[in-house]
Amino acid sequence: MTKGNTDSITIHVDGRSVQADPQRNLLESCLSLGFDLPYFCWHPAMGSVGACRQCAVKQFKDESDQAGRIVMACMTPSAEGTRISIEDSEAREFRASVIEWLMLNHPHDCPVCDEGGECHLQDMTVMTGHVSRRYRESKRTYRNQDLGPFVTHEMNRCIQCYRCVRFYRDIAGGEDLNVFGSRDRLYFGRMTDGTLESEFSGNLVEVCPTGVFTDKTLSRHYARKWDMQSTPSICSHCSVGCNVHLSERAGIMRRVTNRYHSRINGYFLCDRGRFGYEYVNHPQRLRRPAVRASRENSVSLIPLMPAEALAQLGVRLAQKKRIVGVGSPRASLESNYALRTLVGGEHFFSGMSEVEHHHASLILRVLKGGPAPSWSVQEVEQADAALILGEDLGHTAPRLALALRQSVRNQPMEQLERLNIPRWQDSAVRTALHGQKGPLYIGTVAGTSLDDVATRTFRGAPNDIARLGCAVAHKIYPDSPKSSELSLSEADLIREIAEALASAKRPVVVAGTGTGEAWVIKAAANVAWALRRRGVAAGIAFALQECNTLGVALLDGRSLDRTATTGADRNRDAMIILENDLRRRLEKPTLDRWLEQFDPVIVIDHVDEAVPDHADFVFPAAPIACSDGTLVNNEGCAQRFFSAMPKEPDVEESWRWIRDIARHASRDSFQSMSNWNRLEDIHDAIAGEFPLLRRIGETAPPAPFRIWDQKIPRAPHRFSGRTALPMLETIHEPQPPDDPESPLAFSMEGTPRQPPSPLIPFFWASRWNSNEAVNKFQDEIGGPLRNENPGVRLFDAQSRRVIPFFENAPPRCDRRNNQLLLVPIPRLFGAEELSARSSAIRERIPQAAVVLNPRDADRLGVRKGHAIDITAPGLVRRLPVETDETMAGGVAGLLVVGDGAYVTLPAWVTLRRAPST
Amino acid sequence: MKLLMPSLKAVWRVFARLFKRPVTIQYPDQPIPVSSRWRGRIILSRDPDGEERCVACYLCSVACPVDCIALQATEDTQGRRYPEWFRINFSRCIFCGYCEEACPTYAIQLIQDFEMSEYRRTSLVYEKDDLLISGTGKYPEYNFYRVAGVAISGKDKGGAQRESPPVDVRSLLP
Repeated sequence: MTKGNTDSITIHVDGRSVQADPQRNLLESCLSLGFDLPYFCWHPAMGSVGACRQCAVKQFKDESDQAGRIVMACMTPSAEGTRISIEDSEAREFRASVIEWLMLNHPHDCPVCDEGGECHLQDMTVMTGHVSRRYRESKRTYRNQDLGPFVTHEMNRCIQCYRCVRFYRDIAGGEDLNVFGSRDRLYFGRMTDGTLESEFSGNLVEVCPTGVFTDKTLSRHYARKWDMQSTPSICSHCSVGCNVHLSERAGIMRRVTNRYHSRINGYFLCDRGRFGYEYVNHPQRLRRPAVRASRENSVSLIPLMPAEALAQLGVRLAQKKRIVGVGSPRASLESNYALRTLVGGEHFFSGMSEVEHHHASLILRVLKGGPAPSWSVQEVEQADAALILGEDLGHTAPRLALALRQSVRNQPMEQLERLNIPRWQDSAVRTALHGQKGPLYIGTVAGTSLDDVATRTFRGAPNDIARLGCAVAHKIYPDSPKSSELSLSEADLIREIAEALASAKRPVVVAGTGTGEAWVIKAAANVAWALRRRGVAAGIAFALQECNTLGVALLDGRSLDRTATTGADRNRDAMIILENDLRRRLEKPTLDRWLEQFDPVIVIDHVDEAVPDHADFVFPAAPIACSDGTLVNNEGCAQRFFSAMPKEPDVEESWRWIRDIARHASRDSFQSMSNWNRLEDIHDAIAGEFPLLRRIGETAPPAPFRIWDQKIPRAPHRFSGRTALPMLETIHEPQPPDDPESPLAFSMEGTPRQPPSPLIPFFWASRWNSNEAVNKFQDEIGGPLRNENPGVRLFDAQSRRVIPFFENAPPRCDRRNNQLLLVPIPRLFGAEELSARSSAIRERIPQAAVVLNPRDADRLGVRKGHAIDITAPGLVRRLPVETDETMAGGVAGLLVVGDGAYVTLPAWVTLRRAPST
Repeated sequence: MKLLMPSLKAVWRVFARLFKRPVTIQYPDQPIPVSSRWRGRIILSRDPDGEERCVACYLCSVACPVDCIALQATEDTQGRRYPEWFRINFSRCIFCGYCEEACPTYAIQLIQDFEMSEYRRTSLVYEKDDLLISGTGKYPEYNFYRVAGVAISGKDKGGAQRESPPVDVRSLLP
């Protein structure tokens, strides 16, 4: 909800005079002030509809009014002098009877309900004091639906609060979940059984106040909320850096829940982030060091003790002059920096492909040097006009797409003040706006999930999209370079976009690396800078590939281009590959040639599939979920993550392996690493070397941080089974695992007080067992967390700086006679390496295919399902054909689902129907 | 004389006792009578149909003041929840009976048996095989799934006590 900035007013709650915000309703005011008032249908991000009648309070006209009247707190504005009573006996009775009605049909199945113990309905029932069912007639029942691999459906538990459809349809823009039936037969589900299509379906689990929608992946290894040790972490499955809570019990990662962050994810996560965690539990995850004695045929990697493996490696490395280090955009900043320190700046590769590296550096240049500030997700949500260039955000940065979907309401909402409708009055607002949408223009290769809220869309090859962007920039500010050869219809569209953006108050331009075309990024920068020159407070946001792409780009590594290893010699040179599957970034022949040139090849990773055949040493790295470190998100905001699991034997954080390798190889660089024992030691070194990263240590309180001399417990105080869980091995109760890296403890003992925001292990408050307890962690509903440390923004835009535009806009993308331009089409499920190892996500990964416009398909004589041969220099593949009406003509899309070999895209390819077998 | 009197009294008391019934019980040859509500060894019972009563809700483990109960929930192909494993560390148990009180399905019960001494502490860690009995224990009638709203094979939606048949969502009748 939008925050009001008007002066506070005084309201009287149960005789107490308190300050409140006039932009808020009474329910929000009461919750902000710390009163416990039950509610169901109101949601901080969705506003009020007054459907459940649960938040009844008594309102009095003035001091002399003794009778008062019952009002719904969520539907009543906080006005100066409002007098209400929460404790009034009539109001209490009213609330108790409402919950009694809601519970008439609630089934007797809390013991087998996954929501039990963190159920808002349970909390509210206890809060209102309803204990026994007086109604003696039979209960209503429903049949459930199979909603796919993420969400379980149990309709009997429904209390008809409408939150699910309001989230799914109004917020997430989903179409396939709705409310059916009439009177007391209301049914919340799909027309027929089937997988929920929205990429935000997982939020139903948190939005539903009871157990209608529950996490299907959790139920496969179920544990109650009170039994899980939770840890604040950062989602590692895309570049947005949403805050998450990772919950673990007995060495198994159990689930991911949303960790509210006022600037990034707010109350919602995408499905990749929520259900991609199971890679941590993958049975094939690397957990022991392994060594290959020689490169001869059929000699395989043999598991070894860490000390022995390091000693052998030390001997092998002693004769080597040079070590080349390949970093990774999915490893922490600290691990990458450690590798860089070990091998030296000139031998450090960022671990990104040539294209990826180029794009990341370009984006860094735009964000750091340009006049347009990099906007966080919530700032994008506040934008009143938007232009998306090239990026299918629903698949590359879904949380950003969700923010843009909300942003289209901002411009129409400006009339609400005139209409005197408060913004939290959700259904009134929607009626008043009548579906009006603010300007959102989308130029992409194929249709996107945001098209239904777009003002206009534009399809074309990546170059054409960039050309359009440049033309818009030129239209906004004529100093910006011109695009040639504009058709009439294009010119019309360009004028429309330019006018919409230039007349907006807070327009945003969004682009990304998804198309593989650098000009898309440059065009976005040109538009944002042109707007800035016009004096419009425009912002810019980019979607990058991985969780730490921007972080590793800050470390000045080299890119993995073909000539990168020229002159390497296996007698002299060794290579360390850090958490990186190079097959995803280099063409196979190049990669093989590369790895041949080095001996030994040392791999530090946790993904078994990422280990190349040439690896001589493998060291098991702790994945992000099980380690401590820092990630830099797409906004340029550094955030700390903490280990959600006690350290496993033989598994270390990558930077510790690198330090130990340096020690055993007695490299000169070890001198600067010898005192690295904690993360803070590396932070000091990074801050000394990179001025941009000088505040890297401020992302979270340091390891010695304590509250009243106590650590912050990861386990809730009701954590059970302590004296029975480890008894399989030993009867002697072991000490809780130590965690010297952070102020958090793997224990239920510690401070009961609320820690600073980067350290909050779970949302739980007295009488609020569900995630709705987040209200108790904020000073103001929807505002920042108390003691919020939102991470460190590493660079700010130079708003007054005038820097030159990117010149030489690309020419029109010519159609070639026999060839099509093959562009990448990233998919939400499959494009990211780690989440694709999760079993639930694996069920949703589409089959690899080539997507064609039906007209192009006709021209090539293929139909959906036919196999087609793709040929280009260095590329031969056979894939099935998918046809898509929304696909641009003259362009073929390659679904990026994490299969097969890497190809540099976009590329001109010849497509030919494969001979039928 | 003053010193002798108490000793004589004691001798008299012992002598008089010879003609009364002894209070000593010849345990273990003679069983000890315990009350029917005695809180002894913990068992897991079965419902009247012979299926496991425990639905792995974790309430016993959270109620346990010494945290000596641990389990892992799972679900079988019929849709019934059950504990994949269930462990009670009797070397920690204080036989308070809170687990029994917390159990919503009458699965966990404290019985009258208390003869659990062992030479090795590890033998006091009982797994599900040691805990699960084949009868219903103290509550012969109760069957959770006949009351609960979830469907299992053999009991469809609407098949529980005091439940109407599933609603027809497509009905337009008022």
